[in-house]
Amino acid sequence: MSNDELKIKLSELLPSVNFDEGGQWLNANVDHKDWLYFANSLRNHPDLTFDYLFCLTCVDWKTHLTMVYHLESTQYRHVMVIKSKLDRTHPQIESVSHIWRTAEFHEREVFELFGVKFLNHPDLRLLILPDGWEGKFPLRKDFEDSVNMIKL
Amino acid sequence: MDVKPAIENNPFPGEVHPTPSGGILVTAIDDVINWARSNSLWPLVFGTSCCAIEMMSTASAKYDWSRFGFEVARATPRQADVIIIAGTIVNKMAPVLKRLYDQMADPKYVIAMGACATSGGPFFYNTYSVVKGADHVIPVDVYIAGCPPRPEALLHALITLQKKIKMGLTREQIREGKT
Repeated sequence: MSNDELKIKLSELLPSVNFDEGGQWLNANVDHKDWLYFANSLRNHPDLTFDYLFCLTCVDWKTHLTMVYHLESTQYRHVMVIKSKLDRTHPQIESVSHIWRTAEFHEREVFELFGVKFLNHPDLRLLILPDGWEGKFPLRKDFEDSVNMIKL
Repeated sequence: MDVKPAIENNPFPGEVHPTPSGGILVTAIDDVINWARSNSLWPLVFGTSCCAIEMMSTASAKYDWSRFGFEVARATPRQADVIIIAGTIVNKMAPVLKRLYDQMADPKYVIAMGACATSGGPFFYNTYSVVKGADHVIPVDVYIAGCPPRPEALLHALITLQKKIKMGLTREQIREGKT
């Protein structure tokens, strides 16, 4: 399905979705409250079948956080990007680890590095960071570590 | 401590006095031991980032460190003589590196390959996770500059290590008083 056809289809599924222009892939912005419903439709709709989550990450914009999901359909070979704005003080979003199993580890990584709380995640704890890093989010822009970091 | 520059360039540390039935070798046993050890140094398979790719290249056919006595890389520290720290050491890796070094049998030698292992390199500033130089964890005999160093640089470091062993100047030899 081409990007334009995808746009029409996605707007039917979720009227509140809006799109960023420019860029190689279709960029869709969704509200974090709609994300679980939207993700389920993307995965299970027979015309979409986005069955491959090939990137899950987060961006710290200082004013807010943005979750970024890259999806591809191995059947139709169409690709899209979904972005969702999160509140920086209490970032939380529904987990999609039961839709795409690969998200389980990726969400744990985003959890430890950005502090995003994934609701209904089966095992939300630190992935790579050693014990004692709970509550410190090293990939946030305002992260300071007076012991290990040498400032320029 | 005596520095023995004469040993550095001689292929074998000693003098042969010819006699009708063959010859008599005059040498010091420590020098012979160091000579033997320096020519059979087996490295440990240890690489934490891109330097490891250069290390693999040095081991393979084009550069072939076997020519200098680094015959095979061993996958267990108990059979290795030298550990080449090929890559970044992060805080989480540091105890693992220490344990590997402790498990290696004496005599053992350490080469810090590249900027990360030497000083933290590109991760010196503004990082929370990188050890700023592997010598914070274990003693290092030879440092190599570069990011990553070319295979020639690693070969040069390996030969430098051999010279150091022959002269009795590695950290371990100095610590044990085997100069």
